[in-house]
Amino acid sequence: MTPDRLKNRRLAGVFLLGWVLFNYPVLSLFNRPIALLGIPLLYAYVFGVWALIIALIMLGARFNRRPPGQGR
Amino acid sequence: MLTTGAILLVAFGYMGLLFAIAHLADRRAAQGRSIISNPYIYALSLAVYCTAWTFYGSVGRAAAGGLDFLPTYIGPTLLCALGWGVLRKIVRISKVHRITSISDFIASRYGKSGTLGSMVAIIAVLGIIPYIALQLKAVSMSFNIINHYPLIVMPRYFVDIPVFEDTAFYVAVLLALFAILFGTRHLDATERHEGVVAAIAFESIVKLLAFLCVGVMVTYGMFQGFGDLFAKASALPRLQELFVWDIRTGRYFAWLLEILLSMMVLVCLPRQFQVIVVENVNEDHLQKAMWLFPLYLLAINVFVLPIAFGGSLYFTAGVDADTFVLTLPMAMRHEGLALLVFIGGMSAATGMVIMATVALSTMICNDLVMPVLLRLPFTRSARHGDLSRTVLNIRRGSIALVLFSAYAYFHFIGEAYALVSIGLISFVAVAQFAPAMLGGIFWKHGTCTGAISGLAAGFAVWGYTLVLPSLAEAGLIDEAPITRGLFGLAALKPFPLFGLEGLDPIAHAVFWSLLVNAGLYAGVSLFSRQSALEHTQAALFVDVFTYPAKPEDSSIWRGTAFVTDLRSLLERFLGTQRTTEALNAFADKRKIRWGPLSTANPALVTYAETLLAGAIGSASARVMVASVVKEEPLGLGEVMNILDETRQVIAYSRELERAHAELKSANQRLQELDRLKDEFISTVTHELRTPLTAVRSIAEILHANPRLPQDQHRNLTALVVKESERLTRLVNQVLDFQKMETGKMEWQMLPVDLREICREALASVRQLLDEKRIQANLDVPDHAPPVFGDRDRLMQVMINLLSNAVKFCRDTGGRIDVRLHVRPSHLEVAVADNGVGIRAEDLEVIFEEFRQSRHAALGRPAGSGLGLAITRRIVEFHGGRIWAESRTDIGSTFTLTLPFTAPPSESGVE
Repeated sequence: MTPDRLKNRRLAGVFLLGWVLFNYPVLSLFNRPIALLGIPLLYAYVFGVWALIIALIMLGARFNRRPPGQGR
Repeated sequence: MLTTGAILLVAFGYMGLLFAIAHLADRRAAQGRSIISNPYIYALSLAVYCTAWTFYGSVGRAAAGGLDFLPTYIGPTLLCALGWGVLRKIVRISKVHRITSISDFIASRYGKSGTLGSMVAIIAVLGIIPYIALQLKAVSMSFNIINHYPLIVMPRYFVDIPVFEDTAFYVAVLLALFAILFGTRHLDATERHEGVVAAIAFESIVKLLAFLCVGVMVTYGMFQGFGDLFAKASALPRLQELFVWDIRTGRYFAWLLEILLSMMVLVCLPRQFQVIVVENVNEDHLQKAMWLFPLYLLAINVFVLPIAFGGSLYFTAGVDADTFVLTLPMAMRHEGLALLVFIGGMSAATGMVIMATVALSTMICNDLVMPVLLRLPFTRSARHGDLSRTVLNIRRGSIALVLFSAYAYFHFIGEAYALVSIGLISFVAVAQFAPAMLGGIFWKHGTCTGAISGLAAGFAVWGYTLVLPSLAEAGLIDEAPITRGLFGLAALKPFPLFGLEGLDPIAHAVFWSLLVNAGLYAGVSLFSRQSALEHTQAALFVDVFTYPAKPEDSSIWRGTAFVTDLRSLLERFLGTQRTTEALNAFADKRKIRWGPLSTANPALVTYAETLLAGAIGSASARVMVASVVKEEPLGLGEVMNILDETRQVIAYSRELERAHAELKSANQRLQELDRLKDEFISTVTHELRTPLTAVRSIAEILHANPRLPQDQHRNLTALVVKESERLTRLVNQVLDFQKMETGKMEWQMLPVDLREICREALASVRQLLDEKRIQANLDVPDHAPPVFGDRDRLMQVMINLLSNAVKFCRDTGGRIDVRLHVRPSHLEVAVADNGVGIRAEDLEVIFEEFRQSRHAALGRPAGSGLGLAITRRIVEFHGGRIWAESRTDIGSTFTLTLPFTAPPSESGVE
């Protein structure tokens, strides 16, 4: 498997993870009137997942860096 | 401090700064020292996504609906995860085909269709102008609010301001000037505007900074951090109910639809397409921008909820949540911060306006005006000299027109809308491009007819379900069809259409319009045919990574054209200097020299068309090139052949490389085998010569001394017999080995009791054991299942192993153990000696033919070197395994396994 395809699969995995975590029904588990460290659970959850997805994209994009300027 | 004069000075000073930055960046670009060519500036320029709607409107939306503002930013984040697959593909396609706008992209994919290009351009203009108007409205609103300082007055109480006293009007004029100056400087085949991008990136920093400052002021100045703020908010029932959603599945579905919507608009918004694709300097910048841009979105949204709750707690009534970002610092008497926020809001608005007008002007010019212009006789004729100036002037006109329409919209109609709804209505309009666009880069069978039907239907549904109701609300049209349904049919009410309840108007429109759009696109595509050109473009788009990076290397064109005609055509749009440069570059690379009557090859025609496409769009470029060349129509079959050829060339060269590598390794293997064969022959002859020499010298002794004593005579003849036996054995081994190698060995497979073989083998080497005074122990279980095999060969194996053990056993106190174990699936026989042992590196090779363990003590190998090789082949033929373990000076153990009643394998002998 070429590095690009591997990277594509990793990032597609991140996308799927984000899609599942950001949507019903997983989202509904956190839709409760509880506070986490003073922040409403739903808000803390959504922003937490958001940060996680960004971190994962960063990791996924960093793998298998190819030398710049290469055509393919 | 906050006098009208000071505010205006700062505002127009800021605009001046933008001009200066853009000018600087353009000058650096001209010197070849680009300041925007790095992933950070690229990511910041993508943040043009955050408009005044984000800056002011998000807080308003959060105050009314909690998390409802967020899908607009989560969608782009998720799309960035797909960035390497989707965005990079779009960027690559656009670079290869010199695509400079979204309308061009879609038109080019579907056979350079002018109709489709114009449709996309019209939808984009209709969808985006209200959005630009919204930005102007935000500037006007924020100016009026800050101008009333220290009073806090809401926009709805403003009296109608005459046009020439409205700040927004002057801002619009300045923005038009900016876009014209830096967005239409020259007609370039790549359409990149470094100055504009630099200014946009700077604006992104300003708006983020301003928003974060307000957030920190509210969270830590007015309250003691997030916990305190949310605790106070939870005391108010009105705010506390925003902490959770009420459980209606429609809410979740609307949330999902909005995420989907914002994912699509990230590539479909003309200004996003402009910054992501057209202004992209280097594809690799995407790699960093893919996470930097979402990080920016996260940062600018962290304080939205705190500001919304802080504002709702502080202002009890009478202040719109849309203005909290500005009114909170004013209420706190932070004049400097209020001014910074005003500038931040302005930068959010102006950034969007600049980028959107530049993108729209390209579309209007290339896909709406040029097609008409090029059909007029006087522009078609070559006598009408340089057209590049005309094209640039059309663009400048379009910029002015777009901004003027947007201002008019805001001033005369826009007052009726809330800030947020306009933005989302625009989103839904441009999202209609998504099926044709995404389908176009991943699905080869999408047809032009399919794209047109989907786009038209989706746009119609958008207008019917979203625009019509809001027009009626504003009192501009008759309300009857809205409230009672079209033709009085309740099912045809724009909202809810067909009685689809439970969704908000936006989610409702997203659902219906995209369902109809994607459905028709796919359905009609399946039932219509592609023209040859469409087919070509589809393949070039979908498989962009497998074709050569330059379109002229895979030209699909046949016909005749003169180089001079092409040259004069290019000169009309690109100017003499640029044309000469481009053509010389082409000629140098291919080492061609053109004479006055040279005909152009297909590669040159494609090259010229691509150059033109960068300047006037692919559809117009095609029309223009077609006017100077005589084209022979190509059939679908021929197109397929040409396409396949270019791809096959690449595939072949890869295959050749692979074949070459295979050949190389095969050659190495052959050389190794050759060397082994040589060794084989030299060892065999050597082994044959030893007994032969012995026999011959004894014969010579007997011949020379006929009167030898009787007993000496007998000894010598016994030696002859022994040596000739050795000779026979050797020859037999070589023959056996040869048979096995060639698969001619005959096997008599019968059930065999291995215990018996062990006993008999020991008995037959008994004499050898006794000679060397070796103690032999046999350890076999009482019962052992039979194995399926050739009795004589297995016997040969055992005798081989035993005589090997004898050979290497210690000279005094030698000991050999033969053990038979019954394992779950096989029998295991181990023959252990207590000799000098085998070196670790020899353990594997001793089983190869003519490889012997050469131990220092003996100097020369003892044995023919074929015994173990034959042994291994026999064992493997029976489906078993053989290996050796050894410890120096303690002894070696040879172990072999034989499966129970295993049928002989066909390929047992290699």
